[in-house]
Amino acid sequence: MKYNYYPGCSLERNAYAYHQSTLAIAKPLGIEFEEIEDWNCCGATEYTSINLLASYALITRNLALAAKNVDIHKLVAPCSACFLNLAKVNHNLVESPELAEKVNTALGAGGLHYTPGSQEIYHLLEILFNEVGLDTIQSKVTKPLIGLRIAPYYGCMVVRPGYSRKFDNPEHPTSLDKMMSALGANVVDFPLKANCCGGHMTQISPPVAYEMLRRLLHNAAEYQTDIIVTLCPMCQLNLDAYQDNVNQYFKTKYKIPILYFTQLIGLAFGIPAEKLGIGKELVNARPALAKIGVEVPEPQPVKGQKREKPAKEALPMPTMPEEK
Amino acid sequence: MTEHNVFPTTPTFMDKVNAETPGDPRLEMCIQCGTCGGSCPSGPDMEHTPRALFQMIKAGMKDMVLSSNTPWYCVSCYYCTVRCPQEVHITELMYTLKRMAIQEGLYRESTASRAPDFSGTFIDYVENYGRSFELGLATRYHLSHNPLNMVSMASMGMGMFIKGRMDLIPTRIKSLKQLKAILAKAKQIGGAA
Amino acid sequence: MPKEPLHEERIGVYVCHCGSNIAGVVDVEAVAKWAGEKLKPRGVVITRDYKFMCSSLGQELIAKDIKELGLTRVVVAACSPQLHEPTFRAAAAQAGLNPYLTELVSIREQVSWVHTDKVAATEKAKAMISGGVERVLHHEPLEPLYVHIHPSTLVVGGGIAGIQAALEIADAGYKVYLVEREPSVGGHMAQFDKTFPTLDCSACILTPKMVSVGRHPNIELMTWSEVTKVEGYTGNFTATIRKKARYVDTDLCTGCGICQEKCPKKVIDEVFEAGLGYRKAVYTPFPQAVPNYPVMDAENCTYFLKGTCKACEKFCPTEAIDFNQKDEYITVEVGNIILATGYQLFDPRRIPQYGYGRLANVFTSLEFERLTNAAGPTNGKVVLRDGVTTPKTVGIIHCVGSRDRNYNNYCSAICCMQSLKFAHIVKERTGAEVYNFYIDIRTPAKDYDEFYQRVLEEGTNFIRGRVAEITDAARLPGEEDKLIIQAEDTLLGKQRRIPVDMVILSAGLEPRYDAKEVAKLFGISCSMNGWVIEKHPKLDPVATMTDGIFIAGCVQGPKDIPASVVQGAAAAARILGRIQQQDIAMEPIRATINENQCSGCRICNNLCPYSAILFHEDRLVSEINPALCQGCGTCIAACPAGAISGTGFSNDQIMAQIEGLLFLNLEPVPA
Repeated sequence: MKYNYYPGCSLERNAYAYHQSTLAIAKPLGIEFEEIEDWNCCGATEYTSINLLASYALITRNLALAAKNVDIHKLVAPCSACFLNLAKVNHNLVESPELAEKVNTALGAGGLHYTPGSQEIYHLLEILFNEVGLDTIQSKVTKPLIGLRIAPYYGCMVVRPGYSRKFDNPEHPTSLDKMMSALGANVVDFPLKANCCGGHMTQISPPVAYEMLRRLLHNAAEYQTDIIVTLCPMCQLNLDAYQDNVNQYFKTKYKIPILYFTQLIGLAFGIPAEKLGIGKELVNARPALAKIGVEVPEPQPVKGQKREKPAKEALPMPTMPEEK
Repeated sequence: MTEHNVFPTTPTFMDKVNAETPGDPRLEMCIQCGTCGGSCPSGPDMEHTPRALFQMIKAGMKDMVLSSNTPWYCVSCYYCTVRCPQEVHITELMYTLKRMAIQEGLYRESTASRAPDFSGTFIDYVENYGRSFELGLATRYHLSHNPLNMVSMASMGMGMFIKGRMDLIPTRIKSLKQLKAILAKAKQIGGAA
Repeated sequence: MPKEPLHEERIGVYVCHCGSNIAGVVDVEAVAKWAGEKLKPRGVVITRDYKFMCSSLGQELIAKDIKELGLTRVVVAACSPQLHEPTFRAAAAQAGLNPYLTELVSIREQVSWVHTDKVAATEKAKAMISGGVERVLHHEPLEPLYVHIHPSTLVVGGGIAGIQAALEIADAGYKVYLVEREPSVGGHMAQFDKTFPTLDCSACILTPKMVSVGRHPNIELMTWSEVTKVEGYTGNFTATIRKKARYVDTDLCTGCGICQEKCPKKVIDEVFEAGLGYRKAVYTPFPQAVPNYPVMDAENCTYFLKGTCKACEKFCPTEAIDFNQKDEYITVEVGNIILATGYQLFDPRRIPQYGYGRLANVFTSLEFERLTNAAGPTNGKVVLRDGVTTPKTVGIIHCVGSRDRNYNNYCSAICCMQSLKFAHIVKERTGAEVYNFYIDIRTPAKDYDEFYQRVLEEGTNFIRGRVAEITDAARLPGEEDKLIIQAEDTLLGKQRRIPVDMVILSAGLEPRYDAKEVAKLFGISCSMNGWVIEKHPKLDPVATMTDGIFIAGCVQGPKDIPASVVQGAAAAARILGRIQQQDIAMEPIRATINENQCSGCRICNNLCPYSAILFHEDRLVSEINPALCQGCGTCIAACPAGAISGTGFSNDQIMAQIEGLLFLNLEPVPA
């Protein structure tokens, strides 16, 4: 399976671990990533705040370059913000031919053109979940992550608002949960798994940003999480690099490592940790990872595990569709 | 705008905001239910909740709207957009308000007046290199606005540098000229269509 | 040019001013004059113009001319036939002319109301009258069809609307078949505790009616049954009813309840107890069930699953348990049918951010009704999901799944009142602090706003803000171990987090999951939202486009109990009127198939929206049932052989009208 690949600025350096681990697991899963030739920054959440048409042209240049690979129609972005930008622009260009014309006029000044909708935009999570499939992933697992309590953290932009297909529930997604389960880990369903990490608020208003991060860390800690697993470089940066700042500001003592989900898939595939960029995180993951492969006693019943059997007088609960 | 407005009228402030947002943002459909204000993670820190802002837009209170800190506190989490019962494209409208606030210069009145500078500095690098450049962004932005921040950022920055997660020099794309030409043309054309 | 011989028809043309509606744009006097002169060779003997043709004086003009001038055809140029076609037909009939020999040409909706150019409009009016004259020459003196109305009625659905309708028809002395899908009648009203605004006990006001239904000599009550097929046409329907096997012989059963007591298999009652309580595999849904015969749930019965147990059979004192019982199919002949199948509750699991299904103490409105019902799973005690703890703070959420384009974009009509009722009950029984979260307070009917005042007096807190999320993730002090309702208090303009022990979601009303299929069974249709479509939303809410099929209650749209009762009674009254007439006249505007031209291709059969076309296997031709046919014209257009024509819309009539409109009798319009 061949895909156009858009790493985005973060994956070049700050989130290089994400890029490294993605490529590492691509091979065993039979995926070929064709990196777009000379791609440019997608503008993140910054360019649209300044100039609409320029931000669209900026993003569409990448789409036009991707379309040059004529036999590949699917474009994968591992970074949630890049994914959202590409998907949003692609969608709006299809919906509004007048806008598409203006954007193409701008692209024309650089000798480029993009037919709206000719590329289908995917986030890496969707590719692995829908196109590769959990069965395939599970079949490649040689070192199941038994005993590791993983909290899957989706962030916002991969599940909302759904410019590409709505492949998972925007309020309570489960694809990453299921994927981590398939790796043999103990998945923690913590309620704030699709809450916002604050994005660039750390630069605009640190108190607001730290409070948003504190909520996530507090909730994950309540559920006795060993590792928070993410799929967005911004989320990883905020939760990881600023964890110390959060601790200082609120006088808390969180020490939860934040890894990319591809890194965990890689570990379960038996790929050595260094080849997956493990060690690049600021909050050290090695103590948590030491649990893998080690026989651990049955953990005490904690918040977030399967419902306890209700008392005799208790009234029955409605069942959720996944439980049936 | 939805197609119900068949009578020609002078465009109101609401019309302008709608027009400058791509697609059909449906601002006129707001019933003031408050779901957006209730969902917003940074809502408590905004001067006006998104809902309040929309009522102000409908009332034509342009200056107050564009000098509010609300759009700058939007984190683009899209909870509001996904939950709005009237399918108003709230987040996209927030981007439009940011753009308008900059164009009118009214962001200077807001308590988040340095936020546009952050975006501006960010895109400065993108326009001149084709990629973002975090070290440059952080340095320029914090130095010009809050040098004391540099102290708290320093330890984190050091950590990032030691782990090899930060570039010291920006990366430049090959066809930078092409990108510049495209962006220049786009700025010349302007508009949301 | 139609080459027809000169005819002997005498046509009268009447041009209406309609005040200034027509006369303000069309020069009506000139048009009348023109018609008198130009159309004389075509058979027009008299033309008149008058201010209001539809008035009694106007109609008298026509009647007088018919009698004195021996008119054989009448053309009125006025408003749309939708409005006054029956008026002028009646006027002609009263004067002794067959009503179908009239033609109403619309020069208002189709000319004066849509054009501003007076000259062109006047010419257009002339053209249309010319068309009308040519057309009317081909009209035939049709006679209405008479259909006999069978005096029995089928009522589908044993909720309050169906019960009301059945009682009214039965009291008038006519037979009613009342079919109900569940083991007992009563519908959703039987599940409630109290009804707003009077706070009457729901069962107390409902059960007397249920008992009357069960006992009425004119009502044949079939519960645990469904209608599977409906054939026929107005006044003459044949319905096939599947009486599901109860595995209980109702001739022997005394309703003692021992089988229920002894049955060892307990399952969650998803229907009557809304999933909050239990029942046995053999059960009656509630103590006041009518009829009081239990049913066996074969999917959960140990005997049917594993072949063992049979405790009920062992203990039944009258040997009424019959494991070999089979479904029984019967057919009934009825003249009219009422569909009163009600609603189902919106499933709040579709709104994950409200936590229903994941957070234990979030309840739906129906669950809460069962909680507060004295015969419910907690005997009326308001407690949390643990069955024991009384809540100290309760949040009640309005508009769950309603007024929301992501789910249902309509208002469910009853939730505001229901939420106020809940607030009152919670306060009364627990003294808890109550918070109602709303967008608007909708209390339109009698004594409703007074009820709101009462709830305000009791000290309920109202927060105007649609709830964004309900979570157990504590953030601030005081939120630990609570459910937190997060909403913007829009009247303050501030986001608030209210910690509560219990949340009640006023979930909206939805059409039943199989509403579309059921409607199709009866030959009626549903709107986009799934509610059955009434004949006219303002003036005829209980009839449907299919003659003889009526609707009542929530199947037509969300409404409260008084409105359901009213609709049930209205449908009954309509039906009683029809039964009393014995034979009903039907519009003779119908399609007919020329058998000689029909090739038996059957393309028309499935196109008919009223299922009016049958196919004769022996003769290999299709035939249209004139009683079911509504004259829509679909089959006429579809027939590749052109073998179908419509009385009132024959090819000759249409071609003549076109000729008259475009070619005959016209002058060039001055530039």
